[in-house]
Amino acid sequence: MKKIFALALALMMVLAAFAGCTNGTTEPTEAPTGTEAPATTDPTPDSGASEPSAEGEKLVIGGIGPLTGDYATYGVSVKQGAEMAVKEINEAGGVNGLTFELLFEDDQADAEMAVNAYNKLMDNGMQVSLGATTSGACIAVTEEVQKDGILMITPSGSQKECVQYDTCFRICFTDPDQGNYAAQFIADNKIATKVAVIYDKSNDYSNGIKDNFVAKAAEVGLEVVSEQAFTDQSRTDFSVQLQAIASSGAELVFLPIYAQEAAYILTQAQSANISAIFFGCDGLDGVIEKIGADNVSATEGVMLLTPFAADAQDEQTVAFTAAYKAAYNATPDQFAADGYDAIYTIKAALEQSGAKPGDADFNEKMVAAMTAITVDGLTGTMTWSADGEPTKSATAVVIKDGAYVAYAAE
Amino acid sequence: MMDLIANLISGLSLGSIYALIALGYTMVYGIAKMLNFAHGDIIMVGAFAVITTVSMLGFPPALAIAASVVCCVVLGVCVERIAYKPLRKSPPLAVLITAIGVSYFLQSLALLIFGSTQHSFPKVFSVPTLALGALTIRGDMLVTLAVTTAIMVGMSLFIAKSRTGKAMRAVSEDRDAAELMGISVNRTITITFAIGSALAAVAGVFYGTTYGFIGPYTGSMPGIKAFVAAVFGGIGSMPGAMLGGILLGVIENLAKRYISTELSDAIVFAVLIIVLMVKPTGLLGKRVTEKV
Repeated sequence: MKKIFALALALMMVLAAFAGCTNGTTEPTEAPTGTEAPATTDPTPDSGASEPSAEGEKLVIGGIGPLTGDYATYGVSVKQGAEMAVKEINEAGGVNGLTFELLFEDDQADAEMAVNAYNKLMDNGMQVSLGATTSGACIAVTEEVQKDGILMITPSGSQKECVQYDTCFRICFTDPDQGNYAAQFIADNKIATKVAVIYDKSNDYSNGIKDNFVAKAAEVGLEVVSEQAFTDQSRTDFSVQLQAIASSGAELVFLPIYAQEAAYILTQAQSANISAIFFGCDGLDGVIEKIGADNVSATEGVMLLTPFAADAQDEQTVAFTAAYKAAYNATPDQFAADGYDAIYTIKAALEQSGAKPGDADFNEKMVAAMTAITVDGLTGTMTWSADGEPTKSATAVVIKDGAYVAYAAE
Repeated sequence: MMDLIANLISGLSLGSIYALIALGYTMVYGIAKMLNFAHGDIIMVGAFAVITTVSMLGFPPALAIAASVVCCVVLGVCVERIAYKPLRKSPPLAVLITAIGVSYFLQSLALLIFGSTQHSFPKVFSVPTLALGALTIRGDMLVTLAVTTAIMVGMSLFIAKSRTGKAMRAVSEDRDAAELMGISVNRTITITFAIGSALAAVAGVFYGTTYGFIGPYTGSMPGIKAFVAAVFGGIGSMPGAMLGGILLGVIENLAKRYISTELSDAIVFAVLIIVLMVKPTGLLGKRVTEKV
């Protein structure tokens, strides 16, 4: 008996040690990418010649997002997108003699962990923050940002409060805006007239989009025939909601939810032969990976409101998608594009303000520059208002054969 | 009307999964007089066993289900031997806490091995969806319903007719007297755990097929619901567990559809409270009078 216990304990310790190993190895992988970049710029003679004083000087950008857990696809995409932008900028000689260094911490989309990650990044010399990837975590981070007064640009924190303080800006749309844009888009393109909604009542993101969608739908002549809710306690079984939607005669189901729940809904809808079109917002991005290779046929025809489509034919997107595929062996999603644009926005603000990280008024100059710049990014041409909101246009993508394809109106 | 029938069928399918799990709860309670709170997590282990054998080792579905059942039986027996058997003479509270500990251990182990992401469950059987006019019924739900009904009938016959079944009833009625009659109590309890775990493995396969995804915490909510079902029907009573499970599934689905999705769990528990107020031993539970 004791022997079995000892064996079990020994086994546990070995497993724990392995877990420790993998955790240990993920962190240092970031460091080499950061140190490699300056190393490649150092030997280039002209960058050293034009700005001799700035040699080795760098701007430390801190990102936070879920790299593990249910929402990991978002954080990983943002991190990889941002990494690519940092690499490109550094290879081109940096900005004003500065090279960028990106530090990225995992928060598992949890607010408390995000604050800890933020404090760790500040200890490591962060000068500009990418906020956090998910809304709840990002709101918690804004409270800390406000105390420190640094510039924060969240790539994907879409809830209203993510930019509640003066130094906070974002790349993506706000949640309420996504609801408005979605209803407008569906009506403009005559995709459907009878719509149903499945939303997560226990999630602010979902409630925010849903309320605006329903309000806007009435304005633009869409009929909301069924509103179905679920909570984080009941996010696996959707047979009842899908049955209700099937009998309501809806032509389109709006899903202002995250990809994991959508994966449940789509696989169950496929089994139940529901023919309505499913239409989601940025939270649905990454649903193809979530649903797994076995069930990928369930995502056929799903539409997403997004400012970025990986197969768009403009030069910038083509180049980004090719480089991203080469580097990470994955198709970039909206989050990757948001992360990429966030870094270029920081670059634009640096160029506009001419600020240096050592300056006493570095933060003020950077924040002031934000409302003056125009960034022609992957997710559209963006300008910012003083309240931190971007102005840009929305498009949609459709999933065809397990890939995102730009939506073309018929 | 069609809507009501469709919801009834999905409720019956959900309820029959609850009933399978509740059977395990109620059998273990009836015979070992303990609440095995780790029972729900055996479902998760069973489902992960299918995922691992199908997607990593390339087993055909039938073999994967068999492997999952074997895996759960071995696990159930090991848990009983390592965690519960040494506590056979301990106060019930100690056993209860140990069971909760085992539950957390299994969840954490799964978290360590498979990570916190949800894994998509392979299609071990695929049945076309039935369309009868306006009524569409998922084929996998009908299979769930049919197979669980067959298992429940089989289990009832097993308990009523077989020697082992008789031994189980005897141990459940009076452990000491059974021992005096030459029944090995330990062996009977082990068999009970093995059967309960096998049922949990089957429930895991159906759960995975119906809902598509499995994570380390997948077992906990169905486990709690099945426990409620077992109490609802009268804990210790096998027909009670079946009735309780199926009623729970149907009430949950109808409450979701016609009252409120958010309140459905609250309604389920409210029904439980009302039933227990009227019939403290559950729907089919026997009142046991303490003889002095």
